[in-house]
Amino acid sequence: MTLREIKDLLQCEVLSCEDGLHVDVTQVVTSDGMSEILAFAKSKELMITGLTNIQSIRTADIAAVSAVVYCRGKRPDKKVIDFARQKRIPILVTKMVMFDICGILYNKGLKGVS
Amino acid sequence: MAAELLRESFNIQGRNFDKAGEVSSGIKVILRDLLIDAANTRRTVIVAYEGEMNVVMYADRGTLTLILTDKDISLEIDDEGPGIPDIEMALQEGYSTASDEMRELGFGFGMGLPNMKKNSDEFRIESEVGKGTRVFARIKLDANG
Repeated sequence: MTLREIKDLLQCEVLSCEDGLHVDVTQVVTSDGMSEILAFAKSKELMITGLTNIQSIRTADIAAVSAVVYCRGKRPDKKVIDFARQKRIPILVTKMVMFDICGILYNKGLKGVS
Repeated sequence: MAAELLRESFNIQGRNFDKAGEVSSGIKVILRDLLIDAANTRRTVIVAYEGEMNVVMYADRGTLTLILTDKDISLEIDDEGPGIPDIEMALQEGYSTASDEMRELGFGFGMGLPNMKKNSDEFRIESEVGKGTRVFARIKLDANG
């Protein structure tokens, strides 16, 4: 599924790198703990988190995920968005909660990493 | 004896959360420019980042040294900090001594040291309570085929 399809499904607003939404993802990694993301992501996954600080984008860059979805209506500040633009990481924000996001994406065939 | 191709040390400032991770991001760029393959770069940078976060969270200051040879990448992380009283316990997944402030940053869930060990081919910790901790990690360049 492309990031653009995910954006529509989860009713997201895109805060960075809208031109990168053609990328296809098949796996998802979710956590508010950045070490958990680093432990499980293998690269190119969709990362879903409620943590909106600069470490979330640094972790996304180091784990080499395809994009970051911030859930529960949380929004990162400008510094974080600028950093994501610099690292070419799309940021999507949605009001949905983590549980609903995972259920919707799982129903569409996306899988978690383990 | 492996030929040393690069040795560079970086200072890490304890408790400076705004800059936390900058050293590791810099190492990623260095390894990418040296055309180190993606899998080994990723393993190295995860070890560096978790190590750097530990220094930022717990120590007053620290140094991360990157050493590249034709056979492997080594990271040496030295800090002046509280030390680790029980290293065996600290290496268990889920064990954590982190504060709420650290957890709010997305770290301190007891995965940092296990992550570092998992991504290293050789991994050692030496620590003295009240003085500091020294971590050594080696990533073999042929480990991923």
